Amino acid sequence: MRHFLTILGHEVRMLLVSPSTYIAAVTFLAFMGFIFAGILAEFSSTPQQNSPAVAFFELFWVPVIFIVPLLTMKSISEERRLGTLETLLTTPISTGEVVLGKYGAAYLLYLSLWASTAGLFYILHRFTQDSFLLDLGPLIGGYLFIAVSGLLFVALGIFASSLSRNQAVAGIFGVVMLFGLIIGTQLLAGLATLNLESFATLKSSVEYAQVFQHLDDFSRGIVDTRQLLFYVSGASLTLILSVLGLEAKLLHS
Amino acid sequence: MSDPVSAIAVSNLVKNYAGVTAVSNISFNVAQGEILGFLGPNGAGKSTTMRILTGFLPATSGQVEICGHSVATESAAVKRLIGYMPENNPLPEDMRVSEYLYYRGRLKEMTRKQLGPRIDELLELCDLKRVRHRIIGKLSKGFRQRIGIAEAILAEPPVIIMDEPTIGLDPHQILIVRDLISRLRGRMTVIISSHILPEIEMTCDRVLIINQGRVVAAGEPAALKRELLGRARYEVDIVAESADVAGLIATIDPSLEITSETMPDAEGFRTIELSTDEDSDFSETLLRHFAADDRCRLRGLSRASPTLEDVFLAATKRSWDVVDRAGAKSEIVNPKS
Repeated sequence: MRHFLTILGHEVRMLLVSPSTYIAAVTFLAFMGFIFAGILAEFSSTPQQNSPAVAFFELFWVPVIFIVPLLTMKSISEERRLGTLETLLTTPISTGEVVLGKYGAAYLLYLSLWASTAGLFYILHRFTQDSFLLDLGPLIGGYLFIAVSGLLFVALGIFASSLSRNQAVAGIFGVVMLFGLIIGTQLLAGLATLNLESFATLKSSVEYAQVFQHLDDFSRGIVDTRQLLFYVSGASLTLILSVLGLEAKLLHS
Repeated sequence: MSDPVSAIAVSNLVKNYAGVTAVSNISFNVAQGEILGFLGPNGAGKSTTMRILTGFLPATSGQVEICGHSVATESAAVKRLIGYMPENNPLPEDMRVSEYLYYRGRLKEMTRKQLGPRIDELLELCDLKRVRHRIIGKLSKGFRQRIGIAEAILAEPPVIIMDEPTIGLDPHQILIVRDLISRLRGRMTVIISSHILPEIEMTCDRVLIINQGRVVAAGEPAALKRELLGRARYEVDIVAESADVAGLIATIDPSLEITSETMPDAEGFRTIELSTDEDSDFSETLLRHFAADDRCRLRGLSRASPTLEDVFLAATKRSWDVVDRAGAKSEIVNPKS
C-alpha cells in the first residue's frame, strides 16, 4: 500500500509535468466544446425531448476511444522500452503495485479531464437560467456513468500497454479493445442470428454488456448493482491480466 | 547448505532461454564485505547471472541465496538486501537528478527524514552536485552512469550488484568510481562486472571468470596469475657464461632456474630468462649479486608481471578449447546415432 501511494504520487507528478498531458487535455476539451456547441445549435433550431446532458453523454464513446489509449499507452510500455522496469522491479515492490499505481494515476487524469467538461454546463447555466436545459438528474447520472465505466476503460488501456514495448502498438490495441467493447457489443446485439433459441445465453450476456444501455439507465437515474459489478469486476479482471501479462513477459524475456 | 558468513551463495545455477543455455551449472560463494569481479567475454552469461541474483529473472534450476534468503522463495526479503544497477543503466528521461534519487529512495522504503541528508551525501560522493536540478535525459553518459551508481548504494544495502559500472566513463571519473567502490569494502558485499580488466584487478578482492555459461577460473588475481600463467619471470640483459649465471642464482634461491637464453648481440649481451615458484620479488637481490660479481656485466633486469588481461585471455582460451573439442566430438557422434 505504501508503495502504491509512492508510485501513484510519482505517476501523477510525471503526468502533470508532461506536455503530452496538456496536449491531450486541450484537444479533448476543444472536441467536447464543439460537440456541446453542436448540440446547443440543434436545441435552438428544433425543440427536443431530452435535455442537452443526455445528448452530450450519448457521444461519450468518441473521446473515450481516442483519449483513453492516449493516456495509458505510455505507462508500462515506456518503462519496458527504456529498461527502467528492471530497476523498478528489483526494489521491494510487486508487479501488482506497479500496475495499480499506474492505473490509479491514469484514472485520476481521466476523471479530471471529464470533470473539466462541467465547465460547459456551468456556462450554459450562467447564460440561460433554463431549468430544462440544465436537468440535474441526467447530468449527475451521466458523470456517474463516466466515473464507473472509466474504471474498465482505463484498465483496458493499461492492459494494452502491458502487452507491448511499442507505444504505438499498445495505443492501437487499446483503441481496438475499446471499440470492440463499446461499439462491438452494440453491433452484436443487433444481429438477427442471436434471436435463435441456441444463442439465448449469448444474447443475454451481450445485452448485459451493452455499454449504451448502461448509459441510458444511469441517465434515467437507475443505478443497477449488476452494472456496477460489470465494470468493477471487468476492471479487476483486466488488471489481473495486466499483472500476469507483465510477469509472463519477464519469465520469457 | 550455505555457510552463514557468505553474503551470496550460488549453487548449480542453470538458466536456459528457449533452448539456449546461457548459464550452465555455476556455483560460487561471496563472503560478506568482499568485492567480487565478474569477468567474461560478451555473451558469457554475466548479465544473466546478475539478473538472477537480483530476483528479476527466475533460474531454470539451482539455488541462489542472498544473506541466507533464497531468491526464489523470499524474493521480497532479497530485494530489500540488494542495490542493483543493470547493464546500460536505464534511467527515466524526464526527471531531475535529485527527484529521481528521492523517488528511488521512497521505493526502497527509506523515510523522508533519512533521504534528505543521504541524497546530499551521495551527490557529494559521486560528484553530482552541479547537476542535481538538471533533467536526466539531457545529461552526458558519465553523469548518468554515476547517477546509476548513486542509486545502487542509496539505501546502503548489504549487497550491491553492478553490471559494468565504469563503461563510458573518462579516466578521471573511473578513478572516482574506483574510490567509491573501495570505500564500500568491508561494509558491503559488491559484485561488479567489467571489461576493463585493470579496473577489476585494482578494486576486486576476488575474480570470477566465466565463459559460455561456465566458471573457468576463480580466485584472487595473484593466485589466478600463478595458476594459469605459472611462475614469476625475470629477464636479465647480461654478458656472462651460462654456467656462472646458474651457479650464481643457485646461491640466491634454489627455486630460481634458467628457462631460456638468446644468442649474444654485437656487444656480447644476451637476454637470459629466469623463473621461480616463489612469490617474493628477487629483482633487488639478483641485481645486487650480478653487479657485485666480476664474471658478469649487467645491462638490465626486469620482472615480467602478467596482467589480469593475460589471465583472462588464458582462461577464456582454455575454455574455448574445451568447448570446441566437445563440439567436434558431438559432430562426429551425431551422424551415427
